Amino acid sequence: MKHSKTGEPLVVVSGAKKSFGHFEALKDVSLSVERGEVLCVIGPSGSGKSTLLRCINLLERIEGGAIFIDGEMIGYRRSADKLYPLQDAELARQRRKTAMVFQRFNLFPHLTAAENIAVGPIRVLNENPKAAREHALALLDSVGLAAKRDAYPAELSGGQQQRVAIARALAMRPQLILFDEPTSALDPELVGDVLKVIRDLAASGMTMIVVTHELGFAREVGHRVAFMDHGRIVEIGDARAVLENPAQQRTREFIAAVRS
Amino acid sequence: MQKTSYDISGLTIVTPRNYGRIFAVLCICLALAGIAHAFAVGQIEWSYVAEFLTFPAILTGLVNTVVMAILAMVVGIALGVIFAIMRLSDNLVLRNVAIGYIWFFRAVPALLQLLIWFNLALIFPNFGIPGLFSVKTVSVMTPFLAALLGLGIQQGAFTAEVVRAGLLSVDRGQYEAAQSIGMTRMMMLRYIIMPQAMRVIVPPIGNEFIGMVKLTSLASVIQFSEILYSAQTVYYANNRVIELLIVSAIWYVIVVTILSLIQIWIERHFDRGIRPINHKK
Repeated sequence: MKHSKTGEPLVVVSGAKKSFGHFEALKDVSLSVERGEVLCVIGPSGSGKSTLLRCINLLERIEGGAIFIDGEMIGYRRSADKLYPLQDAELARQRRKTAMVFQRFNLFPHLTAAENIAVGPIRVLNENPKAAREHALALLDSVGLAAKRDAYPAELSGGQQQRVAIARALAMRPQLILFDEPTSALDPELVGDVLKVIRDLAASGMTMIVVTHELGFAREVGHRVAFMDHGRIVEIGDARAVLENPAQQRTREFIAAVRS
Repeated sequence: MQKTSYDISGLTIVTPRNYGRIFAVLCICLALAGIAHAFAVGQIEWSYVAEFLTFPAILTGLVNTVVMAILAMVVGIALGVIFAIMRLSDNLVLRNVAIGYIWFFRAVPALLQLLIWFNLALIFPNFGIPGLFSVKTVSVMTPFLAALLGLGIQQGAFTAEVVRAGLLSVDRGQYEAAQSIGMTRMMMLRYIIMPQAMRVIVPPIGNEFIGMVKLTSLASVIQFSEILYSAQTVYYANNRVIELLIVSAIWYVIVVTILSLIQIWIERHFDRGIRPINHKK
């Protein structure tokens, strides 16, 4: 496996807690992801999988514990024994380390496929518009959509939109890509193309956390699999071991239910 | 019994006659003809209407009306965008300032606001920064400035609500996607959210713009020489009251028609990607 170019993990989640009102979405979640590793997260809905991703991407702010990306604590600044919540500009800077691919794609409907990909590099990274557009076209080509450069999202199928969304994430040159059920909103015959793109990314050594219901995909592409339930990580370990020979009863039940 | 024929490709489809529609058109034509006849034989000297349509004082009034409507809308839209963003801010202070502004300036009638601005000198004879500069309020608060402030600031309160509705109409996922590629709040609003919100914002703003063109006529009470004030000045001199009012009405209709056309053009622009069928090149 290609993990650990350096000894330090890229992502460290340490005792993360998050509640929405009385609902505890994350209860003391800890895990780490090595550089180049693909971690797949499985579990029933409401188990906290998506919330974990959203906290890592700072769309939500954790209320306890800490998350480190590339050695930097995110969401807060530490001064002596106090934590200060970071402001908008700092949060935006930290978010650039990660990119997110959403279940519902969330492409910008008023921009073409190429513009969707280039808008981040141009506006956020201040890249030269021409260079950014060329990079966008190269990325579109790499996800098999070179011909759709001038198409608006409404003119693309779900699978095509999701591949554009992956290219948009890649254009920001993130260290980590977070996938939030990337194939759950797709028609079954379109799932394969999207999974292929993610598989290629994994082979290229990109660090990824993938929340998914595709157990076959998790077994094949994931280096490790984490099973979450009720806001906790029930079991985490080698993908094959967790999926084929789970140690916990709850994991066994879930896998059996999904497979049936 | 005859066998049913399933092949009907050779038959012609007969357009149904809409007798009701024909009757309605006849009624409307009759009514219009009646109105036209009434005005033609009424106590109106149409030659005066034609003559004063391009009378210099009227044209100056027309220009003042258009300029005031545009400037007041610029002020209104600028304030509206700023206060709508403040209204949706996480910052409690900004949010409440916006709520207060919208509450107050929607509550006080526009005419009353114009009178207060114009008579500001009664409250503050001078204004400035103590020790630095000071000017007489009367000399600064011209009818033009009073009208601009009065109309623009009250328009801002209404526009803020229109813009807020537009911002709320954009899907949450769009905000999250913009954040996830590292955009700050301002970048997100400018490049991602506002262009999409414009689809919802433009039609009511067009409406408000048209309202503003007509609202400028209120400024006649503070001696701002917009078109109605100019028409009044002329008919005080020549007594052709109805003729000059009709001249004003004609110009309002022309200006509003042009604005409506511009609105259609702008709406088409912001439909990009939403209705791709309109954009076959």
